[in-house]
Amino acid sequence: MTAVAEAVRRFALRAEQEDLVDVGYDTVDSPIGGLLVAATDGGVVTIHFEGESDAALSEIARRVSPRMLRLPRRVERARRELGEYFEGRRTEFSVPLDRRLIGPFGAKVLGRTEEIPYGHVSAYNLVAREIGHPNAARAVGNALGANPIPVIIPCHRVLRTGGSLGGYGGGLHRKRFLLELERVFPAA
Amino acid sequence: MTMNGSRLRPGDGTLPAFQSLLDQHAADVLRLLVRLVGAVEADDCFQETWLSALRAYPRLRSATNLRGWVLTIARNKANDARRSAGRAPLPIPADLAAAAPSAAGGGSDGVWEQVAALPAKQRAAVRLRFAEDRAYPEIAGRMQTSEASARRNVHEGIKKLRRSRT
Repeated sequence: MTAVAEAVRRFALRAEQEDLVDVGYDTVDSPIGGLLVAATDGGVVTIHFEGESDAALSEIARRVSPRMLRLPRRVERARRELGEYFEGRRTEFSVPLDRRLIGPFGAKVLGRTEEIPYGHVSAYNLVAREIGHPNAARAVGNALGANPIPVIIPCHRVLRTGGSLGGYGGGLHRKRFLLELERVFPAA
Repeated sequence: MTMNGSRLRPGDGTLPAFQSLLDQHAADVLRLLVRLVGAVEADDCFQETWLSALRAYPRLRSATNLRGWVLTIARNKANDARRSAGRAPLPIPADLAAAAPSAAGGGSDGVWEQVAALPAKQRAAVRLRFAEDRAYPEIAGRMQTSEASARRNVHEGIKKLRRSRT
């Protein structure tokens, strides 16, 4: 390790000890590509596909706090649970979540989505009805698309009415992968 | 958004993630500190510099010269270390070139080379004002002159730069 890397490492440790890090993040490898996982001291606050990019980091800085450091330890539990999930050994996540990026309507939609068990699916219009907004299927789709914590909050388990895949913020190939992993085979 | 009542403030929309600053400037900060206080003390100063920067970061109003901002903090920490070791503070103009945007990055189109050619007081004042983003009272303090003469030095320096660039 170079002198700079070593000094930076020690700084990160102290910053964390002194409670100066609002957002700690790291990239977690997965079969659907690197996942940028960011956590506050309240829990995982967001997951971005496509790994660590300036655009993703800036967005988190803007929406949560610019006091962000790469802090592998902060996302250790999420890394472990995601690893187990992608190996097919975990069907539920228990890592704490920070829901500050979820609005009131999103909270209803995603709250309902979290009740869909592993390996099962629902539909936009069904979720809309279940949260008491039967005509809001499109708004439900938007709220799922804005899910800040995909994979852990399983918005991939909600399909278009009629069973086609619908949309996915991380790209349909990822949605398909997750559903195949969970042994759901949607009619394409 | 559910930001209300949360413990954290949302970012002001312009500041990059602090880690980006660290990635871009940590090596330069360490190099500057080694030069100013020596390798042994540089590490402590490095820690203090970045901790101070991180503490102040969310309150920073502008993201325009983050490099100069961090290098200034480093300089101040170096001065603190020298003072507590009973050594003289650093002369002001000598190392300010370090706070200028690097020639390679930032499209400064050679202006800092021309700044380097200004008379000493104007050079120091211009660098403090534009490379370090200091306010005039602070420039006056650092140069140990009046605020009026700090303004005059910046003004004269800029005038000279304009003339040499047209």
